[in-house]
Amino acid sequence: MRAYLPDYELRVPKDLEEALAFLANEPGMWKPFAGGTDLMVLLEAGKLEHTKFFSVWNLAELRGIEVTDESVTLGALTTYTEVRRNSILQEEFPMLCVAARETGGIAIQNRGTIGGNIVNASPAADSPPALLAYDAELELLSSKGARKIPYKDFHTGYKQMKLRDDELLTGIRLPRTTKSLRHYYRKVGTRKAQAISKVCFAGVAKIEDESVADVRIALGSVAPIVLRCEKTEAVLRGKSVDERTISAARAALINEIAPIDDIRSTAKYRLRVAANLLEDFLKTVRDGELN
Amino acid sequence: MSETNSGGREFADRTVPVILQINGIKHELQLEPRVSLLDALREYVGLTGTKKGCNQGACGACTVLVDNERINSCFALAVQYQDREITTIEGVAHSDQLHALQAAFIECDGFQCGYCTPGQICSAIAMFEEFKQGAPSAVTEHLAETEIEFSEAEIKERMSGNLCRCGAYVGIVEAIREAFDKEAAR
Repeated sequence: MRAYLPDYELRVPKDLEEALAFLANEPGMWKPFAGGTDLMVLLEAGKLEHTKFFSVWNLAELRGIEVTDESVTLGALTTYTEVRRNSILQEEFPMLCVAARETGGIAIQNRGTIGGNIVNASPAADSPPALLAYDAELELLSSKGARKIPYKDFHTGYKQMKLRDDELLTGIRLPRTTKSLRHYYRKVGTRKAQAISKVCFAGVAKIEDESVADVRIALGSVAPIVLRCEKTEAVLRGKSVDERTISAARAALINEIAPIDDIRSTAKYRLRVAANLLEDFLKTVRDGELN
Repeated sequence: MSETNSGGREFADRTVPVILQINGIKHELQLEPRVSLLDALREYVGLTGTKKGCNQGACGACTVLVDNERINSCFALAVQYQDREITTIEGVAHSDQLHALQAAFIECDGFQCGYCTPGQICSAIAMFEEFKQGAPSAVTEHLAETEIEFSEAEIKERMSGNLCRCGAYVGIVEAIREAFDKEAAR
């Protein structure tokens, strides 16, 4: 059932300081509203948890892509369109661009933001697996000050995250250490366009002398959170990519993930497909076919 | 006494002044900030060409242009689009001269009931812009491609956010191709 609109309040802060004041003054009561591509769906379904919102859409401080020698920092309001059109991201963080262009239709990509994709905290979100594989770091801000947290430590349970009630996600920092990596991203959905993932796989690897010198793997829709699979990575590190390694890695991954049956797929299907994607990833990076 | 439709609840006037520039005309409105751009267009400005289908971003009937970029107006708040140039289906023709896409939709039977058509046409107008800018899509082979062929696969992917429940897709794709070819030939 659709929500009863007068129950909801929305304010438009004039700057970042005023936005942070909403969070500081009534902790837990206010929620930021950006592109609305998740929140408006919940409103329509009458499932919004909060009743008080403030629009962050016009806060210039949260926009833009900043590039230094060491890192690329995306403002939390960077849209999917801005991601897929950015030449540095295309060059150095291609999985993020692939994720962006496979998220919804283009009108959605013009509204949906990377920051929103993170704090909406859906385990089926498409950009978080890429962010995890790229070792992203989040920048959080409150009226008390700023702090940073590795993205892999951010999600703690279904829709649970290390974001204090008075904090706002302001930026996503990506270290520019991807040049020698091979990138592999696959989203498996019911159909090609406009589908929410059944399984989403993002992996990067560095292959030296035919063995795995470095590897980072993350999956979506296989656990209560988007999952960085460090146990599977440990099985792979230092090994040559042969049938034995692939088989050990498949077994490790199946133990590490915990998919469920839901409206989009089954646990059984997801386990099989996740392991198949891992195998395809390993063979693809071994054989040097880049994403 | 409160109005019956407020469920007996009292609530304060939370309206704010909102200025929207729509189809070249400035509209000074008094809205609650939670009003979607779609509702502002239809209920407050009286431009009912933009349609409400699913009201949750799945169907594309509410697609409008903001500075030549397409968005789902059901997701957007009117207050988020002050000082921007908003174009709806009512603003795409030049006086009595139909937009090339409007003419092509008629020519190629790009609709049956017509409900999704304003969104289809606004979406296709933005798609032409995206092609001119060389923006790749999910079916473009290379991520950084700028010389993109206007293929059927590209049209279908780029229009995938606009559903037509009559199933007039064959005509829609044909209309878009015809209008694009005419524009390219100019």
